[in-house]
Amino acid sequence: MNAIPLWGAIAFAILIVGGAGLTLLGCIGLARFNAFYARIHGPTLGTSFGMVGIIFASALYFTLAEGRPVMHEILIAAFVVITTPVTLMLLSRAALHRDRSEGAPDVPAPRRRIAAREPQPDTKI
Amino acid sequence: MTRILPHPILTIALTLFWLILQQSASVGNLILGLAIGLSAGLATRSLGLDKPKMGKPWKAVELVFVVLADIVRSNAAVAWVILTHGNSPRVAGFLRVPLKLRDHTALAFLSIILTATPGTVWLEFDEEAGELLLHVLDLVDEEQWIDLITKRYERRLLEIFA
Repeated sequence: MNAIPLWGAIAFAILIVGGAGLTLLGCIGLARFNAFYARIHGPTLGTSFGMVGIIFASALYFTLAEGRPVMHEILIAAFVVITTPVTLMLLSRAALHRDRSEGAPDVPAPRRRIAAREPQPDTKI
Repeated sequence: MTRILPHPILTIALTLFWLILQQSASVGNLILGLAIGLSAGLATRSLGLDKPKMGKPWKAVELVFVVLADIVRSNAAVAWVILTHGNSPRVAGFLRVPLKLRDHTALAFLSIILTATPGTVWLEFDEEAGELLLHVLDLVDEEQWIDLITKRYERRLLEIFA
């Protein structure tokens, strides 16, 4: 383990506190907003720049401490970025389905499919 | 070629992932990584996914920088909304965006972009009407948001996946 230079310590301290702070803000938004659709915006702070800050801090710290480039944290970023939309879409579409079937007034209705609603011609022989 | 390598991009990406994960590019790890990449590519073939048609893949570099800049901007914007409007965002709302994109890979990338930039959440995409339903946290100007998505992201994605 090498000694960490002061500029490095300051840089990754800023990154960690910034990333953790953004994630905390996202969680506060998740807890405090009044509607589901507003709430799901909160955690995306943590999955975007909150995550980036902490990952950069980790890469910088271990690069300085071990004296060789450490970049495998980038895989965490890749997988978080790829998988977050799946969870988020599942959650939001479930909420949308619930609100529509309950007839909530402020939720946009699905597009009407005219073709599917037309009475089918009688195909009995 | 397509029999052994049905998804060359997936195979290359997985091999790279393996090398980064092992933090070494030794011959042994390269062989192991290639084995994983090849077998995963073969396994994926049975899913019968359609292959993305690449038009100008180099345009992706430009898109990455555009998106990175937007992520910084929207992070600040959403953090500001949470700090200043603690209980209810003032103008959150639903937004319908007409899209020309139909390629599934391109749509997947658009969903990643919209999720990675806080402030927009992808709700559903109506493939028949080509319409995307979003929820936007700070919906001051609908036209501006539609312009942002169609002119900044969709136009570039259309070029990449021509």
